Amino acid sequence: MKKGIIRPGHVQLRVLDIEAALKHYVDLLGLIETDRDEQGRVYLKAWSEVDKFSVVLCEADEPGMDFMAFKVVDEATLIQLEKDLIEFGVEVKNLPAGDLKDCGRRVQFVSPSGHCFELYADKKYTGKWGIHETNPEAWPRGLRGMKAVRFDHCLFYGDELAATYDLFVNVLGFFLTEQVLDPEGNRIAQFLSLSMKAHDIAFIQHEEKGKFHHASFYLETWEDILRAADLISMTDTPLDIGPTRHGLTHGKTIYFFDPSGNRTEVFADGDYVYPDHNPITWKAEDLGKAIFYHDRELNERFLTVLT
Amino acid sequence: MSIYVITEASSGTQFNCRSDQYVLSALQQQGQACVPIGCRGGGCGVCRVQVISGDYECGRMSKAFVTPEQQKQGIALACRLAPKSDLVIECVPSQLVPGRCKPGSKSNPIPNEVI
Repeated sequence: MKKGIIRPGHVQLRVLDIEAALKHYVDLLGLIETDRDEQGRVYLKAWSEVDKFSVVLCEADEPGMDFMAFKVVDEATLIQLEKDLIEFGVEVKNLPAGDLKDCGRRVQFVSPSGHCFELYADKKYTGKWGIHETNPEAWPRGLRGMKAVRFDHCLFYGDELAATYDLFVNVLGFFLTEQVLDPEGNRIAQFLSLSMKAHDIAFIQHEEKGKFHHASFYLETWEDILRAADLISMTDTPLDIGPTRHGLTHGKTIYFFDPSGNRTEVFADGDYVYPDHNPITWKAEDLGKAIFYHDRELNERFLTVLT
Repeated sequence: MSIYVITEASSGTQFNCRSDQYVLSALQQQGQACVPIGCRGGGCGVCRVQVISGDYECGRMSKAFVTPEQQKQGIALACRLAPKSDLVIECVPSQLVPGRCKPGSKSNPIPNEVI
């Protein structure tokens, strides 16, 4: 957080059918609907999050991700980072407060990998859902489906990973936690963090810019991942892969698709990092084990199916 | 409910599909691999096919892979293709995404961009 970015704040996803999407994100994943706007967008949050929303769904002709946002500590930091972004050479767009309901002004830019990101300092603080700030209970009753704890990170596919690394590390203050290097030493995957988490964002080299691989949500235990797998079968939801463990981050995981083909992950546990930890390196020739620690084999769908 | 025969022209594979299910779902249930299986939500374009003959209806599909014009010409995503008669289909991977999943490319599972 050395440049004042605290954490992932929200992601806006495009879906082909908003009502079908809500069955996925609310009934199955367990997010909570907090608002809707005049554009038809639906605002959702996971129960442990303190701000009003972390996922925004909007109906569109093509699925995928519109933007992912990070929250910064204050307005002064937002002003400074906006200057730094312009100096770095990315085009910056300002979105006024209220463009997203109960969210302050946002500074939007496109990374060299072709993904749209934004920074903001203010969003309505609604507190954790269903529990009090004083003498809080362990968890709220009335959660649905997988009972997602929080929106955790996204993985993006695109090109220009080196320039994207430069932007996220040197301008925005992320640090490298894990990487995959090819035999020539080129970085073909980079996992970046702002915190003790193994990743707050990740990128994998891909010839086409701006592709979305998945949005990930945190669950507490391996047992919760198995329960998520049961729910995926009960609801006949398209499974991608899992339950299994990743080599990268060592998270326990399962991947599945929303009704528009956007990939969702729920995961538990995995490694922690401090900023003084050396990055972990995986060799590209061992990519199978890096991605799927048990099978140790690549799954073509996981690498190529994107929105 | 009716059961129709789906024929994938380039491989000659035939399988049955109920009128109340999508072609890709029937194919996956019966362990066929003549059309690649992607997101199964009309979003990723991996299962893009040309319908050569037969009647059908389509669920919502990403316009990035099937434009309204292409839809009129019989292009569809198999995961959103519901038969109303026997169908003959053929895989037509999207031109939009060079190097994306090709049918039967299991012998080379690592996409070039990752090697």
